[in-house]
Amino acid sequence: MLSNERVRGIIYQLLLLAAVVGVGWYLISNTLHNLATRQIHVGFDFLGREAGFEIAESQIAYSAADTYARAFAVGLANTLYVAALGILLATVIGTLVGIARLSSNWLLSRLASAYVETMRNIPLLLQLFVWYGIFTELMPPVRQAIAFGDAVFITQRGLYYPWPQPHVAWQAAGWALPVGIALAGLWRRYARGLQARTGRQLPTALPAALLVFGLPLAAWAALGAPTALSLPELRGFNFRGGRALSPEFLALLLGLSTYTAAFIAEIVRAGILAIDRGQSEAALSLGLSRSQELRLVTLPQALRVIIPPMTSQYLNLTKNSSLAVAIGYPDLVAVANTTMNQTGQAIEAIAILMAIYLAISLLISLFMNWYNHRVRLVER
Amino acid sequence: MTRHLLMGLATSAALMAPMLAQAGPTLDTIKERGSLRCAVNTGLLGFSAPDSTGRWNGIDADFCRAVAAAILGDPAKVQYVATNAQNRFTVLQSGEVDMLSRNTTWTSSRDTTLGSVFTGVLFYDGQGFMVPKSLGVKNARELDGAAVCVQPGTTTELNLSDYFRTHKMSFKPVVIAELNQIEQAFFAGRCDVYTTDISGLAATRLKASNKDDYVILPEAISKEPLGPMVRRGDWEFFNIVKWTLFGLIEAEELGVTAANVDAKKADASNNPPLQRLLGLTGDAGKSMGLDNDWLVRAVKGVGNYGEMYERNIGPLGIPRGLNAQWRDGGLMYAPPIR
Repeated sequence: MLSNERVRGIIYQLLLLAAVVGVGWYLISNTLHNLATRQIHVGFDFLGREAGFEIAESQIAYSAADTYARAFAVGLANTLYVAALGILLATVIGTLVGIARLSSNWLLSRLASAYVETMRNIPLLLQLFVWYGIFTELMPPVRQAIAFGDAVFITQRGLYYPWPQPHVAWQAAGWALPVGIALAGLWRRYARGLQARTGRQLPTALPAALLVFGLPLAAWAALGAPTALSLPELRGFNFRGGRALSPEFLALLLGLSTYTAAFIAEIVRAGILAIDRGQSEAALSLGLSRSQELRLVTLPQALRVIIPPMTSQYLNLTKNSSLAVAIGYPDLVAVANTTMNQTGQAIEAIAILMAIYLAISLLISLFMNWYNHRVRLVER
Repeated sequence: MTRHLLMGLATSAALMAPMLAQAGPTLDTIKERGSLRCAVNTGLLGFSAPDSTGRWNGIDADFCRAVAAAILGDPAKVQYVATNAQNRFTVLQSGEVDMLSRNTTWTSSRDTTLGSVFTGVLFYDGQGFMVPKSLGVKNARELDGAAVCVQPGTTTELNLSDYFRTHKMSFKPVVIAELNQIEQAFFAGRCDVYTTDISGLAATRLKASNKDDYVILPEAISKEPLGPMVRRGDWEFFNIVKWTLFGLIEAEELGVTAANVDAKKADASNNPPLQRLLGLTGDAGKSMGLDNDWLVRAVKGVGNYGEMYERNIGPLGIPRGLNAQWRDGGLMYAPPIR
């Protein structure tokens, strides 16, 4: 039986599985035993207790009277918020810089190279300190804020800007936006199907814009078109009213996106260079316009080269956001560190941290793999 | 970054340490190693801060020396491990250090859930607020809406939100872990107020380019008894640390100093408490697993409690106050050594 290749294969697999489970069991039971002998309290029940500490900024409602679980949720929301905006901004900057590096304009391409070489060769942590220093040391104190028409203020405590007073019309507009986006997607699909069947081309850009922007606008107007704004004004120690972007958030967002953009620029450049010249020449000689050629021939092929390395840049950016703790942005790691220290539940808090980062990273890769699958080479 | 490294190490130490390595009698480990491993603050003037030659100064650092002198006979046999507010308990739990002497507030939950216990109070402190003089703030009740710099994972952070909640005021926390970073943010004006223990405020104030530009508000909003910690379960070592502290306090009460300890010992014949303190009668040292000269060595190494205070806290300009001997209206009161 042992000479059978399949049987041996199964035996090896079983042995490996047993070894993995055994090591895992040893680590866990050993940890529990060590914690017990040191009389350290174990368990996740601390998550239900009152946290008692304030968090500087939050995307969801939170006060010191909420639980540790809620505090973790606040940290997670802050991490996702800065990571999502960072990915967006890094992609835009990176694509622009990547294209600029290929420009025939000597100055532009040199500037782009200089950007890439500088940003990616300086450690991110130092860049964050520089950004944070720019905001907290170089910007004026609250009482000497740089004002733009009594509405927008720049100070070392952050950027303050007006925000609409809460009103049901704004809420409706907020809900109308995703509906508009979905409808625009459906319209594009329909137009494509029609073109594939009959060859007739329907306009897509204008209707899409109308749906995406027009629908929320219509919802807002239908419910009374409120225009009341909450303006930031100096009261007591700080500006109140309106909205604010803290220097911690700005430093982290700009630091993460300008740093990652340098890598993305190289990826974009590589993707474009990977497409044979003959492809675009062929497309042009078939009578496609420049923009059609870029949109229908070059870009779809370049994306196939770009997306896999782009995924790892997105993952890097998300994980690098944990450097927030150095400049005091309350991300997931900062909240977990504080919790760990207030409760002493270090192992539990780190386990939660690892599980959450793993989940975020897996979700990002899952999405990018799905997208990669969509744009892959289809052979007919 | 060291913090993350340490945290990782501590966690993996808890994961990997073989079951039998439960830090056995700490005393044996220290004697075998020939030195005491003591966790201190990364740099807080008056408590523990390295000077230009790398020597750790401060009352917390000196207390490590006293314990080392009592056990090993030489106050220099201390290995200092610099810790911040967040990794201090982890390094003690994981057995990386023998004791923690790092301006740490004694609370019930820290005594019961961390696997470690406090051995007494080395310094009675209270939480205060420091503001730039130019703000014109006279007391803490005027701080509604202020941006407050605070270190994460401290009792300070919790007292702060308690205080503002109690008085129905709001504040914007600016939370940074490293002491240097948060001091810099405060001096740059990122926040209106810096809050920590009053002793810490006094130390930070000395680092300002002009210390008279900053004032410490009169209120103390909390009780902050700061003391050393050891791992739970090793009661022999617990007793050594606890009674070394009491011994230093008792030495001050009986007028024993680093300079006169030998003379006092030679001339203690008609003073029974002094005889017991200096090990001439009784077995105080032996019953802790040391010899009866333990306290003589400790006092010779760092002086009595009052000398430690004057040398380290005196320069910060903080009066003895609660930290005076009980006979002088303070709270320093050592149970009898007998």
